[in-house]
Amino acid sequence: MSAVLEIADLTRVHGKGEAAVTALRGVTLTVTAGEMVAVMGPSGSGKSTLLTCAGGLDTPTSGTVTVEGTDLGSLSRKQLAALRRRSVGYIFQELNLIPALTAAENVSLPRELDGDGHREARALALVALEEVGIAELADRFPDDMSGGQQQRVAIARAIVGDRRLVLADEPTGALDTDTGEQVLRLLRARCDAGAAGVLVTHEARHAAWADRVVFLRDGLMVDETGPAATADSLLHGIRR
Amino acid sequence: MSIRQGLLALLEQEPMYGYQLRAAFESSTGATWPLNVGQVYTTLSRLERDGLVESAGHDDEGHGIYRITPAGRAEVADWFATPVGRGTPPRDELAIKLAMAVTVPGVDVRAVVQAQRTATLRALQDYTRLKARATDSDLAWSLVLDSLVFDAEAEVRWLDHCEARLARAARDGQSTGEQRQTVSVHQADEVRR
Repeated sequence: MSAVLEIADLTRVHGKGEAAVTALRGVTLTVTAGEMVAVMGPSGSGKSTLLTCAGGLDTPTSGTVTVEGTDLGSLSRKQLAALRRRSVGYIFQELNLIPALTAAENVSLPRELDGDGHREARALALVALEEVGIAELADRFPDDMSGGQQQRVAIARAIVGDRRLVLADEPTGALDTDTGEQVLRLLRARCDAGAAGVLVTHEARHAAWADRVVFLRDGLMVDETGPAATADSLLHGIRR
Repeated sequence: MSIRQGLLALLEQEPMYGYQLRAAFESSTGATWPLNVGQVYTTLSRLERDGLVESAGHDDEGHGIYRITPAGRAEVADWFATPVGRGTPPRDELAIKLAMAVTVPGVDVRAVVQAQRTATLRALQDYTRLKARATDSDLAWSLVLDSLVFDAEAEVRWLDHCEARLARAARDGQSTGEQRQTVSVHQADEVRR
């Protein structure tokens, strides 16, 4: 499988001099197409910084972030914004849906910003809403939807137009456990369909949907669960 | 015991013979607690002795069929109506291990916590893969899996909590023992780097 996201020796220091805080210290992580990686760690361990650097919303102090073969550090501000709209989808705990726009308009907005025509963008939005199971709510406004439905709209916006890297930061925040699980199933399905996913969470139950769980502490990657057992790896264990 | 009540609850649906009961029990619980057919027949004969089931003859292939009695129905109703007792906490190896790790000098407690957390998350990933495969018609099995998932999750939350408490204790410098642990963790971090 090809790497969609490659993070190499990533260090991020916030502030300068005495007040400098090192959020990440030389983190290396590769996420391939079809793979979902969960990042866990206590508050202040650097997990959200890792995610914002991965999506080009924050700039590393040193090290590189490569998305679909493009080194984000080599891009101009404008090119970076274009790559973010085209290749990267975000799901945050705060949904950031625009209340004055319908579900379909919220989802099609990034496509229209990227230059798609209205009709084309709406068609893509409807496909994404269909994928998250709420095609029938396309013309509703966020305020007329439940929390779970709003979260689905936010996910549809993150995956619209077949973006290959999906980054999620505590995406199940305020949802009850069953609704939260539906969100994880959607992310899982998206990765099974070929996207690369990175999920930041403090909930072990949600991290468990990932193929790999990595643990951060004080900006360092301290452990990971490794890839899932396969028939071959189990046999290998027996032979040894 | 839950096998006894579980079999009675299944017999409340319809009369069955031993192998059928075993299959029905396992399809409800996803073979999480496998039963051997000997256990089923031993349990059935005790239930019969206690007047909760009775023989209902044999089917065409000669299997001995059991059916529930009114006393058995009352027992099932009573079972569902009564909460399961917490009892004394089972001796928990992990809790004992962590208690010892913070007592005995020179143990890298954070490494113990992390090793356990990784192992428990692996188990949680396995349960979740089974859940992902379970269909809507497997509601009973899926709920049993959820119980394993929430159990493992509780353990991870407790480990997170232990780690936060350790970090706070190390910051406050409460005891020389904990300071020593902090030093060894820092050394471990240096090595990893």
